[in-house]
Amino acid sequence: MSKLDSRIPAGPLADKWKNHKDHMNLVSPNNRDKIDIIVVGTGLAGGSAAATLAEQGYNVKAFCYQDSPRRAHSIAAQGGINAAKNYQGDGDSTYRLFYDTIKGGDYRSREANVYRLAEVSASIIDQCVAQGVPFGREYGGQLDNRSFGGVQVKRTFYAKGQTGQQLLLGAYSAVSRQIGKGRIKMYNRHEMLDLVIVDGKARGIIARNLVTGEIERHSAHAVVIASGGYGNVYFLSTNAMGSNVSAAWKIHKKGAYFANPCYVQIHPTCIPVHGTAQSKLTLMSESLRNSGRIWVPKNIEDAVAIREGKLRPENIAPENRDYYLERRYPAFGNLVPRDVASRAAKERCDAGYGIENNDTHEGVYLDFSTEIQKKGKEAAVEKNIHNPTDQQIYDLGKAWIEEKYGNLFVMYEKITADNPYVTPMKIYPAVHYTMGGVWVDYNLQSTIPGCFVIGEANFSDHGANRLGASALMQGLADGYFVLPYTIADYLSADIRTGEIPTNSPAFDAAEKEIQDKVNFFMTNNGKHSVDYFHKKLGHIMWNKVGMGRTPEGLQEAIKEIEDVRKEFWADVRVPGDANGMNMELEKAFRVADFLELGQLMAKDALAREESCGGHFRWDHATPEGEAERDDENFKYVAAWEYQGDDINQETMHKEDLIYENIEVKTRSYK
Amino acid sequence: MSAQKGLNLTLKIWRQKNNKTKGQFETYKISDVSTDSSFLEMLDMLNENLVNEGQEAIAFDHDCREGICGMCSLYINGRPHGPDTGITTCQLHMRMFKDGETIHIEPWRSAAFPIIKDLVVDRSAFDRVMAAGGFISVNTSGNTLDANAILVPKEDADNAMDAAACIGCGACVATCKNGAASLFVGAKVSQFALLPQGKVEAKRRVLNMVKAMDEEGFGNCSNTGACEVECPKGISLEVIARMNREYFSASVDQG
Ligand SMILES: Cc1cc2nc3c(=O)[nH]c(=O)nc-3n(C[C@H](O)[C@H](O)[C@H](O)COP(=O)(O)OP(=O)(O)OC[C@H]3O[C@@H](n4cnc5c(N)ncnc54)[C@H](O)[C@@H]3O)c2cc1C
Ligand code: SF4
Ligand code: FES
Repeated sequence: MSKLDSRIPAGPLADKWKNHKDHMNLVSPNNRDKIDIIVVGTGLAGGSAAATLAEQGYNVKAFCYQDSPRRAHSIAAQGGINAAKNYQGDGDSTYRLFYDTIKGGDYRSREANVYRLAEVSASIIDQCVAQGVPFGREYGGQLDNRSFGGVQVKRTFYAKGQTGQQLLLGAYSAVSRQIGKGRIKMYNRHEMLDLVIVDGKARGIIARNLVTGEIERHSAHAVVIASGGYGNVYFLSTNAMGSNVSAAWKIHKKGAYFANPCYVQIHPTCIPVHGTAQSKLTLMSESLRNSGRIWVPKNIEDAVAIREGKLRPENIAPENRDYYLERRYPAFGNLVPRDVASRAAKERCDAGYGIENNDTHEGVYLDFSTEIQKKGKEAAVEKNIHNPTDQQIYDLGKAWIEEKYGNLFVMYEKITADNPYVTPMKIYPAVHYTMGGVWVDYNLQSTIPGCFVIGEANFSDHGANRLGASALMQGLADGYFVLPYTIADYLSADIRTGEIPTNSPAFDAAEKEIQDKVNFFMTNNGKHSVDYFHKKLGHIMWNKVGMGRTPEGLQEAIKEIEDVRKEFWADVRVPGDANGMNMELEKAFRVADFLELGQLMAKDALAREESCGGHFRWDHATPEGEAERDDENFKYVAAWEYQGDDINQETMHKEDLIYENIEVKTRSYK
Repeated sequence: MSAQKGLNLTLKIWRQKNNKTKGQFETYKISDVSTDSSFLEMLDMLNENLVNEGQEAIAFDHDCREGICGMCSLYINGRPHGPDTGITTCQLHMRMFKDGETIHIEPWRSAAFPIIKDLVVDRSAFDRVMAAGGFISVNTSGNTLDANAILVPKEDADNAMDAAACIGCGACVATCKNGAASLFVGAKVSQFALLPQGKVEAKRRVLNMVKAMDEEGFGNCSNTGACEVECPKGISLEVIARMNREYFSASVDQG
């Protein structure tokens, strides 16, 4: 049994990263082109890593399943990216960003990693600006900032509502530059299906060329997994349709521990589900919570009338609205962290006050009318308009909102056919981000030597809950500034190894296994499509491993998922041909892995007998319905070790979380 | 579920096994499509029906389904991304269609975008144009200037952002009768031309990108403006004008 060694450097927190960098082994520039590195995924994490490693002189082979690295799921991030620049002079600092992130993560993330993240955050902004990322600016030409849920300073940098897009295009242009130089070989429309281990070290991957169907072998001295999160295990989520766990799950099956799989972030501001044909959910950026007030009707008759279409929300008087976040959490109001906001919405809807006319009545309002009034009045003063009319105030306020969030409002209207400038937006929580992932040490190496994991695919920085605008930060920190150093320490032993051959027994065996699976899927000829099973799994996950969990529900989920999994292998049908593009086959491989992961998530949630962050157990709640953490018994990372086909047999290893520099407190947003 | 109506539709869809075989239109019927569904959800439904009948699903590109990744394509009733304006196919909703309607669905058609299968085309020519110069040559080490040391007038930053909003979907190429990629390339050239960071290598960039664009088999721009009309991100023809200005001044310098 391998031991968990987090390899956190000794010494004072603020010096750990610097000291570590000073003492790690290096690969000298003239030796770097003797080394090949595979990077799976070209989102913010993988793209930035590939570009930087290539810049340093390594040979990089990068893979993504889309037709271009520019399409990675990171592109969809809207709101912004945090950095402790203190440009606004509101008291921000490395320590404060570190502290907010640890607290926001409900004291379930690793202190040293989070400190390093806060430390390098400022460089990310410098780097991206130098690359031409068009962040929002003030009239004086300096960078502008906004604030995000869970914090009380303005440290979020943004590029309109398209921050992820612009950061990814920045990384993509850096990747493009290295492709042009021949230092990155890009494999678009390729999916990694397995990891190859030679003599105990990660030495390559098996990938399927999604255009020709060919199963290919690729070797390298190290493999970096940057394949994103696993939220699509719920079928409906804000993730891109192709987002999947396969790369992370395959390395798990080869020996990498999977940490805290039950930590899932449910984002409070998504457009509610419209019907059974729905394929995915759309996020409305959290930045909207800076300007919107969240409410449901105070009187249940009004909620019923709204659902029946007999009453419009505009016509409910302010005193008949329940601004439940402002009521329950006066200090943070609408800006409480995501888990708190999501549960509060569920609580109101479960109590019958939901406003959406769907089967489950799940929906609350996000209302901009107060902000339109306020900003309209401010603008009138600025423009020297005395005694403005109501219409003038509205128009000026609307113009302000449009400047700030215009594209989101257009997007909302296209999807729902409602005009959010007039009618409050309908929102409801949805699965968004996964804090759990592959266990990695301080060097971002998994329990498999030579296999590194970065970005959303690893577990280390967010704990049980992730604050807004910190995933983009982590992806780029890992890729630009952490991994390129730490991987050198590992690779320094490999400068004499030479090219890794792909004709070894390890490659033969891995390829055969995949080929056999392809053959199975193509000939099984069952009764149901892949989506049929994915939806079934998603349903169980949302109902029993979702926003509120109970021991009974989790036990049922484990059993039910097992049944769906058996049914899948007996009865899945994949039509078409394996020797060419076949998207049903692609999905089959992904859903097979989701089925195993789903079971482990339920198992992990069952074992964690406390509530923290996104993991909420009804049997561990205060009388007011707030989460009840148990630091004494559960201040650890649960790292699961694969033990063969039966997921119930996985064993848990514990990494104790030691906080030397901050006091662990109860998280309160009252 | 909000007020919804079930549409019955006839779909004429381009099917093509791969780039070596010929394709043809096939006709499919689909019933009870919710007007709240997106166009791609309608295709999901059709595919589910096909798979249940043991037939091969229709291949089409998509990923984010939020109008931002640029992966979805589709030529719908003679227009890229369909009848609505300012959106991608994943944001097209079925309420734009009428009960009983026949809808024609084709892949992007352009010499520079070969068909891979059914409705999926190969847009990697865009990536190659980017690799020829669509970047600022800055080392990714993080040892650069403090971000606020480079002041950018808000207006320039906003204009650069508008140009940078291109999602690389290729609708501009698909709709252009010459198959020109000028809107796409102009957008990238403009983003960097508007920012101080991009200035140093502006000449090299535009010359290399334009050269690569020509080599990839994109047609010549004749300023018809169809691209601007169909661009889901509202990229304006101004970016083409700016690219041309940058190109001419760079060529003059070179000569
Ligand atoms: C709608 C939305 C809005 C968001 N807004 C914000 C925000 O405002 N601020 C913030 O900080 N965070 C935000 N997030 C979260 C953030 O965007 C993600 O966590 C982050 O971008 C993940 O980056 P990544 O590089 O780890 O993975 P991704 O960007 O998901 O990239 C994954 C890559 O892996 C590849 N891949 C996956 N599997 C395989 C395989 N088997 N073989 C080959 N390649 C594979 C994919 O092709 C892709 O290139 C948002 C997320 C969503 C969904
Ligand atoms: S310019 Fe517009 S149409 Fe052309 S690729 Fe960019 S977003 Fe698509
Ligand atoms: S699927 Fe991403 S833009 Fe349509």
